[in-house]
Amino acid sequence: MEKLTFRHATKKPLAGAKAQAITGVVASGNLEVLLERALPPDACTVEIETPINGYGDVWEAVVADFVARAQPGGIRITINDGGARPDTVSLRLLQGARLMEV
Amino acid sequence: MSGWRRERAARDARIEAGRAHAAGKVVAAASVVDLLEAILRPGDRVCLEGDNQKQADCLARGLSQCDPARVHDLHMVQSGIVLPEHLDIFEQGIAKRLDYSYSGPQGARIARMLYGGQIALGAVHTYLELFARYFIDLTPNVALIAGVSADREGNLYTGPNTEDTPTVVEATAFKNGVVVAQVNEIVDRVPRVDIPGDRIDFVVEADKPFYVEPLFTRDPAAMTETQILMAMMAIKGIYAEYGIRRLNHGIGFGTAAIELLLPTYAERLGLKGKIATHWALNPHPTLIPAIESGWVSQVHCFGSEVGMDRYIRERPDVFFTGADGSLRSNRAFCQTAGLYACDLFIGSTLQIDLSGHSSTVTQSRVAGFGGAPNMGSDPHGRRHPSDTWMKAGREALVTGDPALMRGRKLVVQIVETFGEKLVPTFVEKLDALELARKLKLELAPVMVYADDVTHIVTEEGIANLLLCRDADEREQAIRGVAGYTEVGRGRDRAMVERLRARGIVRRPEDLGIEPLDADRSLLAAKSIKDLVHWSGGLYEPPAKFRNW
Amino acid sequence: MSDRITDPATTSWYEASARARLDGLLDPGSFREFIGPEQRRMSPHLPLFDLPRAFDDGMIVGAGRLDGQAVLVAAQEGRFMGGAFGEVHGAKLVGLLRAALDQKPAALLILFDTGGVRLQEANAGETAIAEVMRAITQVRAAGVPVIGLIGGRAGAYGGGGLIAGTCSRLAVSEGGRISVSGPEVIETNKGAEEFDSRDRALVWRTMGGKHRRLTGGADAFADDTVAAFRTAALRLIDTAPAFDLATLEAEQARLEERIARFGDCRDGTEIWARLGANDPAAIPAMTTAEFDALLAQIGETTHDAR
Repeated sequence: MEKLTFRHATKKPLAGAKAQAITGVVASGNLEVLLERALPPDACTVEIETPINGYGDVWEAVVADFVARAQPGGIRITINDGGARPDTVSLRLLQGARLMEV
Repeated sequence: MSGWRRERAARDARIEAGRAHAAGKVVAAASVVDLLEAILRPGDRVCLEGDNQKQADCLARGLSQCDPARVHDLHMVQSGIVLPEHLDIFEQGIAKRLDYSYSGPQGARIARMLYGGQIALGAVHTYLELFARYFIDLTPNVALIAGVSADREGNLYTGPNTEDTPTVVEATAFKNGVVVAQVNEIVDRVPRVDIPGDRIDFVVEADKPFYVEPLFTRDPAAMTETQILMAMMAIKGIYAEYGIRRLNHGIGFGTAAIELLLPTYAERLGLKGKIATHWALNPHPTLIPAIESGWVSQVHCFGSEVGMDRYIRERPDVFFTGADGSLRSNRAFCQTAGLYACDLFIGSTLQIDLSGHSSTVTQSRVAGFGGAPNMGSDPHGRRHPSDTWMKAGREALVTGDPALMRGRKLVVQIVETFGEKLVPTFVEKLDALELARKLKLELAPVMVYADDVTHIVTEEGIANLLLCRDADEREQAIRGVAGYTEVGRGRDRAMVERLRARGIVRRPEDLGIEPLDADRSLLAAKSIKDLVHWSGGLYEPPAKFRNW
Repeated sequence: MSDRITDPATTSWYEASARARLDGLLDPGSFREFIGPEQRRMSPHLPLFDLPRAFDDGMIVGAGRLDGQAVLVAAQEGRFMGGAFGEVHGAKLVGLLRAALDQKPAALLILFDTGGVRLQEANAGETAIAEVMRAITQVRAAGVPVIGLIGGRAGAYGGGGLIAGTCSRLAVSEGGRISVSGPEVIETNKGAEEFDSRDRALVWRTMGGKHRRLTGGADAFADDTVAAFRTAALRLIDTAPAFDLATLEAEQARLEERIARFGDCRDGTEIWARLGANDPAAIPAMTTAEFDALLAQIGETTHDAR
């Protein structure tokens, strides 16, 4: 298992007031994403546990694009990965952000 | 004897030898080995019918049991290398040379045998190309074919999976060759005559029905949100924009998703009757909802599909059927139709390089080509216009006299940026080149050449290569839809944004598509059972696809 | 495959995640999770095998309301490790059952979706199965019906099949399967001639929802929608049997009778024919309405035997 952590500064807090949300399932080619409103509004962290080693660069790029797009300020994101492809990761992150915004 | 009839005399001698093991034309399954040893000569060119689907498996088993001291050094000329026996005969010394088209299930073994030198390879062809060579320089001496039933005169009913049979028989029977047909049963009267009896020399009543692979069934239950998103983009960004009515779909979940979105998503876009009306296509079960919703005018088929026979019988307005009611397929005609009469081919591939060349070959698998290079090419012999074809031609035209402009066939690759096990689809260099180097092939096994590809659809967007004006733009357009692969991450972001402004790269949001809306609820059928319901119970899926 | 569902009437139970099933099954907004994902109570064993963990270990437990009645619920996520019972997974269900003894809800619902015991933590999983069965009998004896809902991808196999057998009532959909040994296990032990696990129609004729309903192994047959399972659950709560000696003796008698009556049958269709179905071969293709009509016609399929 490889553990990765990314910290980003954000310009604004993620909209909505929901304290936490979870989306996805740990299954082959899938992942679960837990989002918690647990950080100062100008920060976002993403912690990942993945069974597939050596894709740190890809995770970094996917997370950076997500943060730039969704501006998830104040959110601690934790991911249990089941070997998902990057497009699935992006989709789950966006789904998670949407769940927090309602 | 005249010097002009040596082939004919040889043929007569083979048939004479074979008759010793037959009652008239009819041969018992137990006598197949004797028959084959009697009619085959060392070095013969043999077509052991291995189609995309239908397999002359009884004859294949017989051939693999022949004595290599009597039957050896055969030159196999058949479209499909599908059954283990198709390669066993090379290990046994019965066969030596091979010219073929497709080897899906045997792709890994054929690669090992090529590396090991057990097979002397002529070439890997497209279907039409191999069929063409049957009439020029690869004419079979003996054809071993498969049908559903025959009468004692040899009149043959191929069943819905006619596939390659008429082509193989045409080339063999009319050029002094011997034709042996295995059939599931011998009947007094065949339901329809697909091959007249005077072209069939021997009929073998097989010990069990010939094997057919359900190659074109994609279970909607396995379809992902990503594939649905790509299908939405293809429909809105390509089918609708070019008004594509005449088309061919390759196999894959991306294309199957398009079929399942026609009666739902495409219907909501008001596209019914405007797109996807005339098809060159195997009878995909996933097309059933579109057919039942009145989208489809007609479908001509390369072959059939397991479980679709009853459905097809009840939809003769849509499918080509015989007087008996069952499907008449024909691979050679349908390939020609797909090449000349369709405005779009859309299919999947395993690797795409920075120019847009694509291949399904990896270093450990030689899957062959099948029909995709024919479907996925711009036919320079085409002379009839259509709005779609002309629009594509206008987009591609860079220089020259507009009055001399011709159209372009749309050739679309629909791929996810990563395949199984996170293997990237986009690569700097195709594995096919390395394979060609190792095997000393003159021609690298490229499925679709870059100059034929017009669009690439991925989950990240659509790249319109017609609008690219130089190699640099083309490379960045491809990188611009290559997602998080190394190729994708190596993009020039500013240039990709400029291409996006020109509509060369289009993102889901540029097409008015919200990726989070790509949901399985959009599928007209979410399971095989749903397809059965759509068909009114006429579709009878094979056991491995059932969960009820 | 989103976790939020908009319309329970059209959402497939089979396709929905465990969380989405709960979301659509219970009264809107009524679900309160115990030991939620934010507590990260994950398997201590899976990292030893370099396997990914899930925040809830594939078992979601909590309380909610069903048509206003207080219920306790447990849902297995069949896509995580095949919904298999591990240590945390099992302990959450045992704990929920024990809570039922205190809280006395109108019912305890188990949304099965499991292949059985998780191989990587088999001892803990086997123990959990036994503890769950014991706890279920205690809960039922205390007057709380335990209702099993079975219609997920993984079915209710292995220990899950055993647990299902101890429930007060079971609802199953066509896609649901209930058995102890799975198709592959039977094939491995007895050979493909005895049971060809790739013959999926055979698998369903032997373990599938319709067969289990016809033989009384399940008490309600639900369409594959979240709404249909909700309706079935409500009905089964109302008709749950008492858990006493008379019920157990009646079950034993029915099971003995079942062996006597069908023990020589070689295929599900033979059993269905003996039950009085005119065209047994047509049953797998029947719609729910047609199947309900058949059940009414046969008229003997509701009892407590599994």
